[in-house]
Amino acid sequence: MALTPQDIARIANLARLELTPSESERMLTQLNGFFGIVEKMRAVDTSGLTPLAHPVAAIQDVTLRLREDVASEPNQREANQQSAPAVERGLFLVPKVIE
Amino acid sequence: MTSTALHDLGVAQLATELRERRVSAVEAAQHFLTRAKAHQNLGAFVALNEEATLTQAQAADARIAAGTAGTLEGVPIAHKDIFVTRSFPSTAGSKMLAGYQSPFDATVVTKLADAGAVTLGKLNCDEFAMGSANENSAVAPVGFDAPAPVRNPWDTHRIPGGSSGGSAVAVAARLAPAVTGTDTGGSIRQPASFCGITGIKPTYGRASRYGMIAFASSLDQAGPMARSAEDCALLLSAMCGPDPDRDSTSLDVPAENFSAKLNDSIEGLRIGIPAEFFGEGLAPDVRAAVDAALKEYEKLGAQLVPISLPRTELSIPVYYIIAPAEASSNLSRFDGVKFGHRAKNYTDLVDMYKKTRAEGFGDEVKRRIMIGTYVLSHGYYDAYYLQAQKIRRMIADDFQNAFKHCDLIAGPVAPTVAWKLGEHGNDPLADYLADIFTLPASLAGLPGMSVPAGFGESGMPVGLQLIGNYFHEARLLNAAHRLQQATDFHLRQPGGL
Repeated sequence: MALTPQDIARIANLARLELTPSESERMLTQLNGFFGIVEKMRAVDTSGLTPLAHPVAAIQDVTLRLREDVASEPNQREANQQSAPAVERGLFLVPKVIE
Repeated sequence: MTSTALHDLGVAQLATELRERRVSAVEAAQHFLTRAKAHQNLGAFVALNEEATLTQAQAADARIAAGTAGTLEGVPIAHKDIFVTRSFPSTAGSKMLAGYQSPFDATVVTKLADAGAVTLGKLNCDEFAMGSANENSAVAPVGFDAPAPVRNPWDTHRIPGGSSGGSAVAVAARLAPAVTGTDTGGSIRQPASFCGITGIKPTYGRASRYGMIAFASSLDQAGPMARSAEDCALLLSAMCGPDPDRDSTSLDVPAENFSAKLNDSIEGLRIGIPAEFFGEGLAPDVRAAVDAALKEYEKLGAQLVPISLPRTELSIPVYYIIAPAEASSNLSRFDGVKFGHRAKNYTDLVDMYKKTRAEGFGDEVKRRIMIGTYVLSHGYYDAYYLQAQKIRRMIADDFQNAFKHCDLIAGPVAPTVAWKLGEHGNDPLADYLADIFTLPASLAGLPGMSVPAGFGESGMPVGLQLIGNYFHEARLLNAAHRLQQATDFHLRQPGGL
């Protein structure tokens, strides 16, 4: 099962990446090369196995914690926005999305 | 004490000199800053801020004078540019974050500062820690106007390894006594091996990931890199500990003094030797150095036990599905809105996203985002991502079976010594395949380290990999320290420095 140029275009759109025609071509070759080594993995019988997300769960129960829903950080709006590409009156600016 | 000898001291010795006030923290900082600039051709540093460094050093001197010195008081260290820092830009080696100023420090950075360490600067790495050669950095090193290769000080025409390449070079070239690195699939162990230094990745969840720019969240771990296991133990003791409010995957395992058991005897220690790590892919020069180190362990009273890690080869596809999947999700935050690069010309919001990401990310990052997006997309998730997570459990179980017969596992870190700059050219698969021996422990979340074990082809360093069971960092460091008491590979240094 090889990827097609249409697959590359679809994935690039999902990933919000603009690819030039030559980049797309190279990506197609490289991804197909990569999925060649993935084939071995697909043939492994994994029926009845639970996926391992937190590796230490292999030996003990790991529960992801929830913290109390209280404000713990001071307001740092200015520091948080100092590396933003476009800010006005404390708000992040984006191109117009609603006419 | 003359200042010319300062860079020959390890962390433990330098901390003693500082505490006993034979040298000041300011003198030490100045010495290493001068050295970093004198050897900037190696491309190790991407940011220095002398004023910030000297201010920290003055504060360290004041604490030493007041008798409130921490364990690392005044010791200059440098951070991989994956950790965010308030006093230095944080770029993750990416154009996307050029000049980014973090409003906060990573937990690991704070913890090391609390122990008294002084920050010298930030170190080069592969973009978002994705790479095995440090050839994927998009940031100009200190002293350069454009991105330039990080050079292995043992042979400046060779790669230093990656992704913590700048970190390994800084220690190997004596530009810092110790540094931080991060390891997702081998990014501490492999450059440590290629540059002839010592590095350890702790159990997943022991060091906080807060403020480590995320690549693959279920794999990323911070760890120290230094010349010796003794020095790594000092830093690791300061870096670990629960961070319950800021990292949901941080484990509730208390901080530990990893120096306490360094000198314990290893008489009777059972070292597992996985057959799959010694197959035909292993270069003869690496094999010879690793075999010699294992013989040394036998002389020290350890016992070598044959074991099997049958899914070693499968760890390559499994890792290169899981890590890109998590990366594609983590890197979706780089959209040109809240921080980082934004394209200049675009037609609408989606076009702005696409052009921003096309301009901001390098080739390897784009490849991994594409792989990750594909394997998580509708209709493919079960066949790829879920299947990989299931085999990941098999790999973790294989280790538990092996640990029934041994106390730790040893083998090579990488199949070869460091290759030549540009040698893998436009073939990303060549880099992926070279990760084969570090990926299994990463997928299982086990602690692993690289210890200098000798030299191979062209006099390039070879590292011995030690893998421990969960939370057995102290045992790994003990075994590494005992080897370093019997050998001097970790004390050798490249010529011309």
